[in-house]
Amino acid sequence: MTSFADQVGQFMGPFIGRVPHNKRLGLRFITAGDRWVELQLPFAPQLLVDPDHGIWASGPIFTLMDTAVGMASMLARGAFEPHATLDLRTDYVRSPRAEATVTARGECYRMTRQIAFVRGLAHDGDPADPIAHVAGTFMFAASKLAPGWQG
Amino acid sequence: MTSPILAAALKGPAGRLDMLPYAALLDLSFERVGEELHLIMPFDETLIGSPGRLHGGAIAGLLELAGLLTVIAAQPEGEALPRVRPVTVTVDYMREGAATASRATASITRLGRRVVNVQAQVWQESEGRGGRDKPIAAAHINFVLDWPQMAEPLEPAP
Repeated sequence: MTSFADQVGQFMGPFIGRVPHNKRLGLRFITAGDRWVELQLPFAPQLLVDPDHGIWASGPIFTLMDTAVGMASMLARGAFEPHATLDLRTDYVRSPRAEATVTARGECYRMTRQIAFVRGLAHDGDPADPIAHVAGTFMFAASKLAPGWQG
Repeated sequence: MTSPILAAALKGPAGRLDMLPYAALLDLSFERVGEELHLIMPFDETLIGSPGRLHGGAIAGLLELAGLLTVIAAQPEGEALPRVRPVTVTVDYMREGAATASRATASITRLGRRVVNVQAQVWQESEGRGGRDKPIAAAHINFVLDWPQMAEPLEPAP
């Protein structure tokens, strides 16, 4: 892990769970690398759209993935710069098992001066059997770039 | 999600959506405005993502529910209701979500028996937020409908 990722694990990891909407959903930080992060969303009845059939709403999974890839883009940036989501596409491959904990892994696979290109997946126990895939872009206002990245 | 109770509630002029736990979490209510179904998400501190702004995930959740409920409300009366599930959701974020109420609606591009293509928008009407002409985000959503008694397995069951 880079020193910035260490910082993230120590200080910003717990912070993720204190962001008000993340806290409301029960989202938590698991681990991070130099340009990726893993977060979890444990099952809670309030996350369902259809309580009769135990079917999850898709919104909380979108929020989990948005947070994971957003944080991955900050890791790749090497700084907590202000950024905005430009777009995010999620493919819901299948529903999570009824009372599963959902794990999301987001990574930033390319950083330019202004744009972070991100992708990620969510699973409920086996990353080889995902429940959702995400791809998207974030926009940074500043022109600062982490060492090692090309504009 | 398909509940006859929900489909019946959506025929009313306005109401809350507490029968959907995630909609209750977002504190959503709906209003019929002409032909449209609007969802209203009041501002609450628990919707914050970065300081002073709504979480992009909460905005996406609102757009997805606007699409889902519009599809459920569009189903013909008197028939068994299908289960409606989003398969692909693409959200474009155009403006920051300010710490104020948001309003979302959706329109059906194509209503098929198995697939429904939907466009959804969300905007804010408080002072200086631009209203409907300046949406904060939009989504393109493809829903798949699973009909009861329409299970047609692609291959014979073992």
